[in-house]
Amino acid sequence: MTELNKLTLAEARDALRKGDTTSVELTEACLKAIDAADALNAFVHKTPELAMERAKAADERIKAGDAPSMCGLPIGIKDLFCTKGVPSQAASKILEGFKPEYESTVSQKLADAGSVMLGKLNMDEFAMGSSNETSVYGNAVSPWRRGNDDAQLTPGGSSGGSASAVAADLCLAATGTDTGGSIRQPAAFTGTVGIKPTYGRCSRWGIVAFASSLDQAGPMTKSVRDAAIMLEAMCGHDPKDSTSAELAVPDFEAMLTGDIRGKRIGIPKEYRMDGMPGEIEKLWADGAEMLKAAGAEIVDISLPHTKYALPAYYVIAPAEASSNLARYDGVRYGRRATLEAGDGITEMYEKTRAEGFGHEVQRRVMVGTYVLSAGFYDAYYNRARRVRTLIKKDFEDAFAAGVDAILTPATPSAAFGLGEMTEADPVQMYLNDVFTVTVNLAGLPGVAVPAGLDSQGLPLGLQLIGKPWEEGDLLNTAYALENAAGFVAKPQQWW
Amino acid sequence: MSIDQSTAAKVAKLARIKVEDDALPALADEFNNILGFIEQLNEVDVEGVEPMTSVTPQRLKRRKDEVTDGSQQDKVLANAPDAREGFFAVPKVVE
Repeated sequence: MTELNKLTLAEARDALRKGDTTSVELTEACLKAIDAADALNAFVHKTPELAMERAKAADERIKAGDAPSMCGLPIGIKDLFCTKGVPSQAASKILEGFKPEYESTVSQKLADAGSVMLGKLNMDEFAMGSSNETSVYGNAVSPWRRGNDDAQLTPGGSSGGSASAVAADLCLAATGTDTGGSIRQPAAFTGTVGIKPTYGRCSRWGIVAFASSLDQAGPMTKSVRDAAIMLEAMCGHDPKDSTSAELAVPDFEAMLTGDIRGKRIGIPKEYRMDGMPGEIEKLWADGAEMLKAAGAEIVDISLPHTKYALPAYYVIAPAEASSNLARYDGVRYGRRATLEAGDGITEMYEKTRAEGFGHEVQRRVMVGTYVLSAGFYDAYYNRARRVRTLIKKDFEDAFAAGVDAILTPATPSAAFGLGEMTEADPVQMYLNDVFTVTVNLAGLPGVAVPAGLDSQGLPLGLQLIGKPWEEGDLLNTAYALENAAGFVAKPQQWW
Repeated sequence: MSIDQSTAAKVAKLARIKVEDDALPALADEFNNILGFIEQLNEVDVEGVEPMTSVTPQRLKRRKDEVTDGSQQDKVLANAPDAREGFFAVPKVVE
């Protein structure tokens, strides 16, 4: 058998059921890989004792013939999820020392499904970023390199630690969250699979809020099958989240037949951006050919308001963030600034938030404050919400015309080097999400599938966008694409 | 729309984030850069379009107005930077 930490969820599950290995052995293999990978800075709070305790309990359940779907499978949890008694900082200084007294619904569901948490994963501060460079823990590093060049590359963001950990086989899978592309972009940068489900599929309760109308949790995995297994464990109705959908959760894995004959796949012309690298354009065309060869029909479609998705996002997301992050006031949890004699409560708020929030978070909170302020609310916030209605309608029209799924590139480029974007203005960094952000605005499910390597040997991903609540059908199309693309490359271990 | 230093200072104040005076010009530049990007939205004809309130067409669920939780003072205060005698403590608010 290959090294245990390199198994997929499905392989490990089947090995556990057959008695070929134990959860304790799997967990030990991952913990060893984690300790040897500090150079990646992916795991920022390790929980080995808790992991071994859960692994032993899982082995007992398997022995007793009472194994739930993810019993004994070791995973990582993004630092954005509140985990009881374990530091949960959203990669921010302002939540230094915060140990929640409660568990997020999604991480609880994963625990109930028998999975073993190995620790918390690095991310951009409050999930605001596309490169994992805004984290209080420092950069997460991709296990991938450009050929023999030892320059450190970004694993993407905001779920950068999750992507790095899964790609480097430190865990079998990890949770991510996605507000504008934070699961799909890092998945594409690291040759892993990531799905953002339909808004309302996963409970947001206990996940540190960034932009509540856009945030969704999802799995980051080594295969589409694993994404199906883990997504099923994560989603379902939760009375504690009023936007959580009261819908039955299908058996996503059972829907992976690979048969996509007769499916209509839309290719949106507006996603053909000026200056798009030839390699991305070719990957996209190859992906369409693969789906066609598998029996799908490829149709050209138009999503006319695509161009306005990023500007609308950069009104709506900061507006919601400024409201959500108002709770970090140095009173109820986290870190309070040291005050000088005579400082009152306003100085306490202002100093605490200036010291506790990083630069990008401060910038977004202030932009959000501005677009919501008296006199500008209509011009910015309400206009952006109107444009959002139009963006959603673009997709509704395409689906109404008979399209089953939409194929696009996942990112406008392969992973860039850490520090390479430091001098660029923030808007340049925001362009990373140009293909993914529309999906959050429309509340749709979207999945990134690794589909090839660029000329420097870095992974490139394609994105499939599905109809609301049709994650099963979407994952099946992704499965067909995965089979056809046959992506098997792994990063060379240098760490 | 162009943001000057005094507007930047006002926004920082509203957001309760302390920004030193010498950092205001750079902050105003950043705002203008981002707002310039956002202003593309003015090209869109939004006449008669409803602002989105919910991305999925569901009504928020109601529940009975009754107490379902409580009596967890210790847990509520466990993460406070300064908790005393069962309360959150803050600098003096009333002069």
